[in-house]
Amino acid sequence: MKDKDVTGLLLVGISSLTVLAALGMVFLYAPREATMGDVQRIFYFHVSSAWVGFFAFFVTFLAGVAYLARGGRRWDILAVSSVEVGLTFITMTVVTGSLWARPVWGTYWTWEPRLTISAVQLLIYIAYLMLRASIEGPERKARFAAVYGAAAFVTVPLSWFAIRWWRTIHPDILTGGEGMAITPRMVHALLVSLAAFTLLYVTLLRQRMRLERAADALERLRVGVMRGG
Amino acid sequence: MRFIRKVFAIVAKDVAAELHTREILSAMLVFSLLALFVFSFALDLRGAMARAAAPGVLWATAAFAGILGLSRSLAREQQTGCIDGLLLAPVDRSAIFFGKALGNLIFMVVIEVALLPLFSALFDVPLLQPEVLAVTALGTVGYAAAGTLLAAIAVNTRAREVMLPVLLLPLAFPALIAAVQATGELLEGSTLADVGGWVRLLVVYDLLILAVSMLTFGYVVEE
Amino acid sequence: MIEAHGLIKSFGPRAALDGVDLTVERGECVTVVGPNGAGKTTLLRILATLTRPTSGTVRIGGLDPNRTGSEVRRLIGFLSHRTLLYEDMTAEQNLRFYARMYDLEDGPARVDELLGQVGLADRRHDLVRTFSRGMQQRLAVARALLHRPPLLLLDEPYTGLDPQASRSLTDLLTGLAGEGCTILLTTHDLDQGLAVGQRVVVLARGRVVYDERREAIGAEGFVEMYHRLTG
Repeated sequence: MKDKDVTGLLLVGISSLTVLAALGMVFLYAPREATMGDVQRIFYFHVSSAWVGFFAFFVTFLAGVAYLARGGRRWDILAVSSVEVGLTFITMTVVTGSLWARPVWGTYWTWEPRLTISAVQLLIYIAYLMLRASIEGPERKARFAAVYGAAAFVTVPLSWFAIRWWRTIHPDILTGGEGMAITPRMVHALLVSLAAFTLLYVTLLRQRMRLERAADALERLRVGVMRGG
Repeated sequence: MRFIRKVFAIVAKDVAAELHTREILSAMLVFSLLALFVFSFALDLRGAMARAAAPGVLWATAAFAGILGLSRSLAREQQTGCIDGLLLAPVDRSAIFFGKALGNLIFMVVIEVALLPLFSALFDVPLLQPEVLAVTALGTVGYAAAGTLLAAIAVNTRAREVMLPVLLLPLAFPALIAAVQATGELLEGSTLADVGGWVRLLVVYDLLILAVSMLTFGYVVEE
Repeated sequence: MIEAHGLIKSFGPRAALDGVDLTVERGECVTVVGPNGAGKTTLLRILATLTRPTSGTVRIGGLDPNRTGSEVRRLIGFLSHRTLLYEDMTAEQNLRFYARMYDLEDGPARVDELLGQVGLADRRHDLVRTFSRGMQQRLAVARALLHRPPLLLLDEPYTGLDPQASRSLTDLLTGLAGEGCTILLTTHDLDQGLAVGQRVVVLARGRVVYDERREAIGAEGFVEMYHRLTG
């Protein structure tokens, strides 16, 4: 069963190129930030992974709704794959945020809005995966996860507003307002980073989905062998 | 309307069962008192610190006590297969949700009615003003609704009750932040208009959660 | 009364029901026998609208449960080895609750009637938790019959019943069958199975492997054949 995955290879190729481009732009093209210095370059990866982290959960939300509305294993495959890939990105968001905070503000954690909402999303991701792990049977797993995904997703924008207002009323004495001078070159670098990370997400998502489908096929074979003898 | 009659029938059933055993309310109450003690000692809450911490401690306590009640309330339906009894009846699945959620809301409110005067006295804060009560009510509605839906999910997992806090707390953040912040501001003398933003957030949260739960509860309880 | 075609219910790659066709006429009394794991409970739960089949169609009283769920549920009375009763409420409270859920006009009166019929009238104000297994089963029967359902589905109803209680149950079912009620019950006990139904269906590994009227069956030959069919 020789299967040359052309699309996969293509995706890997394109995302590799874009990531390299992004790295180049972030380290060579974008200027040194006035206040924070070179450490500020983490910002591009931090924001990009935050975007993918959110987007991945949005995909899971849609996939869950589609599963409930129409049924079909493929929607659940999409949902779980997106969560797993998204978990990686949101973890990156939290870690890069923490690494950024230390040299700039002297502490590993600040309750500034974006970092906090990323932490909330991280917890939701983990809860989602724990839920799936704790349920027997693929149909129930998919169904309950879809409901949880839907309920969780609608609260994320509300959490975002709540955290923003909270921090407006009680500004973090450390971070205060966003003290960054944004120049056009930085915007370019950010856009390329966003594109790179999004492509990376799509590549990994596709791979994860193929893995899940292969696992399904294996399970079917296994059951067939056990039954047929 | 038949729908509403059945919702109230379910609420009445939960209240009747609770009146016979009082196990849910007593567990929630005892837990709340213990939590209150632990917070007071662990954080050394006195004077100005106590007043500042009061809204947070109140809601942390209510949140955890609520989880106890929610788990038990849904577990009751699993006991002797009673959830099947409900599903066999000609009743809308969303009516089952509203019935259970309203019952859970009542339990939480009963506990809060006991806690608020106690907190007011211990922390020296005027919690018994109508504005604070309104905010507390709004927050509890959203929490009970989300909790009912998620407890119905949790009861089907291997981990059972342990799963509920993991599922519920991240989803409850908007309501908890809003309720704590609004209560805090009200205690410092703001008016309801001043905390309008938080109140609106709570209302939107409640409506969204109720809508999602109403639409998806059927998928949770039916096989 | 019941028309089921091509019922398949799978849990992942495993199929609990693997293509079941079953037709039950109004007023018939059918016993479904089979070893544990044959799919009896799954079949009954699908017919009771508690579970949806993975594929296949079901019609109860000509109605489609997916479209008119509520109407269908009014037609069905369900009895299981689980009592479906709230242990922290009294017998009366339990029945009155279900009477409300089924929109019964004469709720309280009907509750009184059934409590009398199952011989629990003097225990109406006692918590179900204090009842013996036999008493709980009797109350469960009352619950199942509350809304006068034309179709009665029973899942292993004899489980845990002493001989006297079993006899009462059999008498009750025979009486109901005489009144024109359609009855479908499952059991893994062959003797009980042959005692009640007019028709016997054998389910094995998710399929119907035998379906005959009782008159056509010779008792001795049946047991042998059953073991052969179910392996």
